[in-house]
Amino acid sequence: MNPAFSVILLTTLIGVGQGLFMAMVGFEQHWIGAQTVMDHGFYIRMDFICLGFLICGLGASFFHLGHPERAWRAVAMWRTSWLSREVIVLPLTMVCIALHALTHMLAPEASGLMGLVGLVCCLALYFVTAMNYICLKFLQEWASPLTFFNFTLLGLASGFTLANALCVGMGTPMDHLYSRWAIVLTVLAAISRSLSLYRNASLRPRSTLQTAIGIKNPSIRQISQGFMGSSFNTREFFHAKNRLFVQSVKWGFILLTFILPCLFLTLDLDPTQASSPGWAWGSFIIQYVGLIGERWFFFAQARHPQNLYYQSTA
Amino acid sequence: MSQLALVIDLNVCVGCQACVTSCKQWNTSGQAVALSDQNPYGADPSGTFFNRVQTYEVGTFPETDTIHFPKSCLHCEEPPCVPVCPTGASYKRKDNGLVLIDYDKCIGCNYCAWACPYGVRELDEKEKVMTKCTLCVDRIEDLSLDETQRKPACVLACPTNARLFGDIHDPESLVSQAIAQNEGYALMPEWGTRPANHYLPRRQASAIDRLLSETTEQQRRVKTPSDSEGQGS
Repeated sequence: MNPAFSVILLTTLIGVGQGLFMAMVGFEQHWIGAQTVMDHGFYIRMDFICLGFLICGLGASFFHLGHPERAWRAVAMWRTSWLSREVIVLPLTMVCIALHALTHMLAPEASGLMGLVGLVCCLALYFVTAMNYICLKFLQEWASPLTFFNFTLLGLASGFTLANALCVGMGTPMDHLYSRWAIVLTVLAAISRSLSLYRNASLRPRSTLQTAIGIKNPSIRQISQGFMGSSFNTREFFHAKNRLFVQSVKWGFILLTFILPCLFLTLDLDPTQASSPGWAWGSFIIQYVGLIGERWFFFAQARHPQNLYYQSTA
Repeated sequence: MSQLALVIDLNVCVGCQACVTSCKQWNTSGQAVALSDQNPYGADPSGTFFNRVQTYEVGTFPETDTIHFPKSCLHCEEPPCVPVCPTGASYKRKDNGLVLIDYDKCIGCNYCAWACPYGVRELDEKEKVMTKCTLCVDRIEDLSLDETQRKPACVLACPTNARLFGDIHDPESLVSQAIAQNEGYALMPEWGTRPANHYLPRRQASAIDRLLSETTEQQRRVKTPSDSEGQGS
């Protein structure tokens, strides 16, 4: 596939936003860092930052559309379409996050419940986003539960890395609480992503030129694809990058998304000192740049069966 | 429910592209979106087509076949492109099985094209909506046309009658008979899409063809006896 930058931004930005919200709710519910209590201002600020990421992600997605003014129509087919479900769950999550901030302003006693509702929405959003790709069964690189684990764990890891950076930046260091979690989640995401890289490297395409044109002869060569210029089929489904570039992106994202953030966060784990903003922000920014590469590779690696029909210009 | 479809006979398609140009002409001239071209006379021409004729060489020399292979929307009975559409712009007609797009509802998200393994959907660069073969729904349902003309433009244009059109759910129809008698097949059966369009495979060379080729081979041997002697036979 030819990676669309708007979709790369959509999936990575909302992933960070969801992860950040879940990091915050985990804290609010005393699942992590049970001894620390934060004021309402902390939650409200964090909610707004989560919303900012989700709004930017949603905004990026509009650039993918030929007719963004009709985007509202996309809620119609929720019974069958995972994309439609995503279009419903994403704004719903945003509403929940906004309500969470509102409860911290007006009705703190309801904020815990609202946080839990938002958390469920965030998890649901990871699921429906991943299902957009998992459900396309002939895109074999995507059609695996690992896609869901990758989207979720990468989103959580980047959300917790950002939570750490924000806490350090806002002067509320939490005894390395978020950085410890960010390391654990980044390692889990690395395991999950490695499994999918391993799986995809050994995939055998079910469709071949033989099944594509229905001729069993083992020796088939395309002479003409029917046109000598380009078409939607050659632009949308081929990334046209050479092997060196693709491999560089792969090793680049492994370094930037997993290795360097873990290294930076670990170096900053000195219990006698507060976290340094440089390490904390550095790990988030590097991890996010890595995530863009990761998502580019995710799209580029998927070999669409339609490409079998577009192998040769006359 | 009927299921309209094309049956394409690979024995007689000569790759003349008449179906491609007639399709473009008919479908760009109607009341639906025009099929735009970009740089039609420039260095990198591009454009929207519902139908493409590709060419393949099958086998190894000298046992090779040149296959001209027309490809357009297969109007699958289980179309993977329809349920993924978030707006309902892509739909399958219940009465005749056509897979169609409501251009006024399409948001141009490309997701249906991702969901089609055959690569037969094309986003029109100018109109920014997804387009595909309609089997000329505006011809085949136009009662003001003479009945012989109520066929897709490509079918009418084909000079070798390689394209048959009809209802594959009607066992008596020409297309059903053609599929049954000639081992008609569907593309990429592995994904369970059940394409309505079928292809008729190349037949084995007939007895007379074989005789002709054997005669030619004998003549060739007679002309070059020294070659075979030189190989020590």
